[in-house]
Amino acid sequence: MHGPQKEPALHGVMAEFRNPEELLAAIAKAKAEGFTKLDAYTPYPIEKVLDALDLHHSKIPLLVLGASIFGAVAVFGFAYWASAIDYPLNIGGRPLNSWPAFIPATFEGAIFHGGLAAALGMLLLNGLPRPHHPVFDVKRFVEHASKDGYFLVVESDDPKFDAASVRRLLESLAPVEVNELEN
Amino acid sequence: MSSTYDDARAADPIAQAPVLAPGHTPGSVTERISEVVTAKLAKTPKWWLLGVAVGFGLLNLFLLAVTNLFMTGIGIWGNNVPVGWGWDIVCFVWWIGIGHAGTLISAILLLLRQSWRNSINRFAEAMTVFAVACAGMYPILHLGRPWLPYWLLPVPGTLNMWPNFRSPLIWDVFAVSTYATISIVFWYVGMLPDLATLRDHAKAKVARFAYGMAALGWRNSSRHWANYEVASLLLAGLSTPLVLSVHSIVSFDFSVGIVPGWHTTVFPPYFVAGAVFAGFAMVLTLVLPLRPLFKLHDFITDRHLQNMAKVMLTTGLIVAYGYVLEIWAAFYSANEFEIFMVLNRFTGPYAVQYWLLILCNILVPQLLWFRQVRSNVWALWVIAMFINVGMWLERFVIIVVSLSRDYVPSNWSMYHGTKWDIAVFAGTIGLFLTLLLLFLRFLPALNMFEMRVLTPEATKAHEEEK
Repeated sequence: MHGPQKEPALHGVMAEFRNPEELLAAIAKAKAEGFTKLDAYTPYPIEKVLDALDLHHSKIPLLVLGASIFGAVAVFGFAYWASAIDYPLNIGGRPLNSWPAFIPATFEGAIFHGGLAAALGMLLLNGLPRPHHPVFDVKRFVEHASKDGYFLVVESDDPKFDAASVRRLLESLAPVEVNELEN
Repeated sequence: MSSTYDDARAADPIAQAPVLAPGHTPGSVTERISEVVTAKLAKTPKWWLLGVAVGFGLLNLFLLAVTNLFMTGIGIWGNNVPVGWGWDIVCFVWWIGIGHAGTLISAILLLLRQSWRNSINRFAEAMTVFAVACAGMYPILHLGRPWLPYWLLPVPGTLNMWPNFRSPLIWDVFAVSTYATISIVFWYVGMLPDLATLRDHAKAKVARFAYGMAALGWRNSSRHWANYEVASLLLAGLSTPLVLSVHSIVSFDFSVGIVPGWHTTVFPPYFVAGAVFAGFAMVLTLVLPLRPLFKLHDFITDRHLQNMAKVMLTTGLIVAYGYVLEIWAAFYSANEFEIFMVLNRFTGPYAVQYWLLILCNILVPQLLWFRQVRSNVWALWVIAMFINVGMWLERFVIIVVSLSRDYVPSNWSMYHGTKWDIAVFAGTIGLFLTLLLLFLRFLPALNMFEMRVLTPEATKAHEEEK
């Protein structure tokens, strides 16, 4: 890329709805109109919304699996190296590679790395931390999104995006209010 | 069989009770829970200030006790040959065990889709984190040279040697540090959406900024929720074997040794059941007074109390089975030292502690068979206190009674905790109380977004899907 990328003036157009049913109806309508870059904001996770937006492809399980295997291999490898190669210590004539005794630490290493990968992976994939975002400019969003409001945003990187027509579409769905989100 | 069970269940008004009082909406749940945190400082309840005064006072006793310990050495405690592990390890295991109910409630009950846990999981997770903090004090204080705890870790240094990975004590270092880390991570990740709620609803500017930073910019986007739900589920899936492994490894500290009364294979499951038993007792000990103080009857209903009582009864029976099996194993082994250990528990110098333990952990909890007892908050609280004491005595009996009379009678010696042992224990209670009260005042003690899921509005959206 050459030079600073110019961001579009708008992040998208947001509509607020009163309950999950209205939100789901709006998502269905927007999808029927051919919009693909949709995001919904709900005060608690709603399976049906995630289904409608086709969001069930999280990469976190793979991340956690990878990190757990890494943790297990790393701790076991270290225990083996430390006990059998770098500092061989004869304890009661037991074999230097007394692998069953290394398993508890290995197990904890797997959990430790897997757990951190789940949490950090979630933040990374969600683009957090990011203290500010265009949606926070809407007063009702701040007041209701984390409490009892259901919001739908048609984002400006949608190929069919056109602020005026999106606004018309959303206003036809009887929302509480419609706002344009400036970047 | 099952129809009798179902009939009994249908006839039980508490089992049929909702987990959230009727009439709540996502908005009302949010307001009700967040108002505790967003209230002005001047409106802090008097009992809270009193509680912090007590907790902080005890915390200062801890400072005093630890200062003396560092300046004088662990000789101020009662530990001495042959009883090298006294109150310090008794209290370490006690605190770690208390922590386990938090993980059980948040992780295992999440995996089992027990939605009644939604109102108590946050609180229980906080209890875990603070109890592990208290537990973590003891091994370090007990080192004798508390400036060298890093020797326990595989840190490359001028010593040019590594910890012994064949030792249960090193397994313990890995287990407890992993447990502390993952508990904090699970707790914090679980709190993110609620921190965002507080960012949006706190009145003071400083509070909005602080919660905003802590919330990391969480904005309830469905894309966030999709990753979040998977991450929570996986954290729960990882925490479940973790909690079982931690107390199993704590029990290895004993069972891998050859001391009579320690060297048995029943220890891991019996320790884990004991931990859950103790932890649920502690949750009840704390929740029962907090429910009226914060007026949380809508969220923590009689059904919650009844379910917790049933878990206590069940795990208590497993623990009782463990006690019986210990006696049986001693005689079955035909090993004179093991048999002596059992008889010494029954009639030796610490018989009082042993029989008190049986009273507290086996006899008293049998009252929980009665529905009238399970639905009486005072009775529940008293039983929970009995169990708290009983579980402390259990660790005392296992550790001290076995060590004080092992093999050679010339090596026997009595052990008594000193006032400094008591001061350190009281001090960790102060640390726990202080942290817990700060948490209750400044962080959401009930999980708001999961409580919103229990409202009719949310369950309706969920049911239509089916």
